[in-house]
Amino acid sequence: MRVALFITCFNDTLFPETGKAVVRILERLGVEVDFPVDQTCCGQMHSNSGYGLEVVPLVRRFVRVFADAETIVTPSGSCASMVVDHYERLAKLAGDEALAAQVGGLIPRVHEFSTFVADELGVEDVGARFPYRVVYHPACHATRLMRVGDAPLRLLRGVEGLELVDLPDAATCCGFGGTFSVKNQAVSTAMMADKLTNIMATGAEVCTAVDNSCLMHIGGGLARLNAGIDVLHLAEILAAGSVN
Amino acid sequence: MTAVADSFPRAAALALGDRQLRHNLRNATHTIRDKRAAAVAEVPEWQALRDAAARIKDDVLGNLDVYLERLEESVSAAGGHVHWARDGTEACAIVTRLVAAEGASEAIKVKSLTTDEIGLNEALERAGIRAWETDLAEMIVQLAGDRPSHILVPAIHFSRTEIRDLFARSFGLPDLSDDPEELTAVARRVLRERFMRIPVGISGANFAVAETGTIVIVESEGNGRMCITLPRVLISVMGIEKVLPRLSDLGTLLTLLPRSSTGERANPYTTLFTGVRDGDGPEEFHLIVLDGGRTKALADPEGRQALRCIRCSACLNICPVYERAGGHAYQSVYPGPIGSIISPQLAGLQQHDSLPWASSLCGACAEVCPVQIDIPRVLIHLRGRIAHETDAEPATERLAMRALARVFSTRRSYEAAQRALALGRSPLRSSRLTRALPGPLGGWTAVRELPHVPKQSFRDWWATRNDGSGR
Repeated sequence: MRVALFITCFNDTLFPETGKAVVRILERLGVEVDFPVDQTCCGQMHSNSGYGLEVVPLVRRFVRVFADAETIVTPSGSCASMVVDHYERLAKLAGDEALAAQVGGLIPRVHEFSTFVADELGVEDVGARFPYRVVYHPACHATRLMRVGDAPLRLLRGVEGLELVDLPDAATCCGFGGTFSVKNQAVSTAMMADKLTNIMATGAEVCTAVDNSCLMHIGGGLARLNAGIDVLHLAEILAAGSVN
Repeated sequence: MTAVADSFPRAAALALGDRQLRHNLRNATHTIRDKRAAAVAEVPEWQALRDAAARIKDDVLGNLDVYLERLEESVSAAGGHVHWARDGTEACAIVTRLVAAEGASEAIKVKSLTTDEIGLNEALERAGIRAWETDLAEMIVQLAGDRPSHILVPAIHFSRTEIRDLFARSFGLPDLSDDPEELTAVARRVLRERFMRIPVGISGANFAVAETGTIVIVESEGNGRMCITLPRVLISVMGIEKVLPRLSDLGTLLTLLPRSSTGERANPYTTLFTGVRDGDGPEEFHLIVLDGGRTKALADPEGRQALRCIRCSACLNICPVYERAGGHAYQSVYPGPIGSIISPQLAGLQQHDSLPWASSLCGACAEVCPVQIDIPRVLIHLRGRIAHETDAEPATERLAMRALARVFSTRRSYEAAQRALALGRSPLRSSRLTRALPGPLGGWTAVRELPHVPKQSFRDWWATRNDGSGR
């Protein structure tokens, strides 16, 4: 099997370790990974800020770059949902029905990483070892838009030595929300405070999720508090203890 | 709606410092949220009901002209009078004229968002007419000279002690306790006298059935039924989107509404009335049909789904932003997620230009909406309209967004920007400096550390790996 990795600009630039982990796990599972180097950004930040029309060239670009990919895998539930939930609307907004049709053909091929491994490949034990107490934050877009369900939890339960603890009020947003975190800094902080309190109450040593954007926010808060809790993308936990 | 005094972020920041408010909001929203979840879980066909409700409302919105004319015919045939109001000012003028024609200086009111939206109480006050709210929470808010902060629980921001003090002061009862039963008994005594004496009742309308001319009022305390049945003259004010084609549509909507709003299987009082009848109920019935910006919203293909709203408030109770900021921060009769898409559409984008950003786009609201309004999608759409149709956005933001879109438009410019960021990474790591950063970065670093920018991007690693030069 062959997949094209949609790394996302955010992971590419700020969290390359997540991308490396995804490649290692997929290859370990016998999947051949392509990285179309012409990919840039899905345009979510612009689109969510109201600059949808300005993003249409990025939609065209994405469709072109991934035209030949049978399966597209991405370690971001949020960026996946941008493609799956918004690209068709944006193409229509620009009056480009041909592009909308191309997007329609692309959508079923886009998979969030954890569901690709647990549901498409049907693997729940990837052979990882991670002897820490871990709490999982269900990121909103991954959960509500990409419907990843319990795929991340099933994968975490398959990790040797990992103690998985429940997060109270897990389904509530951490308060990141892209530009929301700076435009409505006060409310964003209040939401983050509750999320951090819940995370810290679990006694976890690591907080994980399938989106580094939420983790950057949560981790930024935990670091400011010197809470002694790390944040790590799910893929990096699953790659831990691997040979290659 | 009244002029906006401040932007949402500033108003919300103030509200966050109010301990009593935070406590009340947290308790109330979590209680109702849990009750709703339990009540919804009892209905296996919930999703099918939501589909059906969305279809009914979309049919209404697509054929408003037909259904509204049919409603007018039915109401007239049942002995009622229909008045058309282009905006709030016209609607208020009509109501004022009707109350004055009755020679009344007071009116009793059923809890109604539409009359709040048009500022009816204030308009009547200016004409020397006192409009008494009879819903307990609305009565509390009115006595305090305050504004409601929740669609369904208008006095959510009051504590029991505050209500006791308010009642003790207003009704001259210094020995009153804060026992809810005692407080309710006081309200009951005061209200009963008004119900019996005042000849004009004013209500909104949850639904208006085109087929029969029937108005539906849903309430919890029975005060509504008093206002609807006792006065000689009854005036109902409805937005044009409240019309329903058939009486049978109520089967769907009245299953969804109470479970979504109060988490009850059925609400305590549902009153259906049709026109006037000799010797039973009001002798005169007037229906004011209000546009008030609704046809403007209807003209927006993406925004119009907001008009499906049946005012259940499930989206408020689930919203993490509402739960912390409270209703007043939205500075509109319609707060919360639904308010953030209704208020700018009805009152004007400029009027409420910060509301579409009062959301982290987490999507919890869309998940609970009984008529399946995709609130996050409409929020994004309205952000776009504000960015392109108004000058509310700082020009720097527009330029930055366009510049960024251009950076991402070619691989070469994207990689150049990436390298520039990696080179500049050292100063970003110094906490003392980044905490004092200006602009959006400062908003970030005030409470969070910035991530460390790695030396090597993923794509650089990929390139070296595939060269065979590194692993």
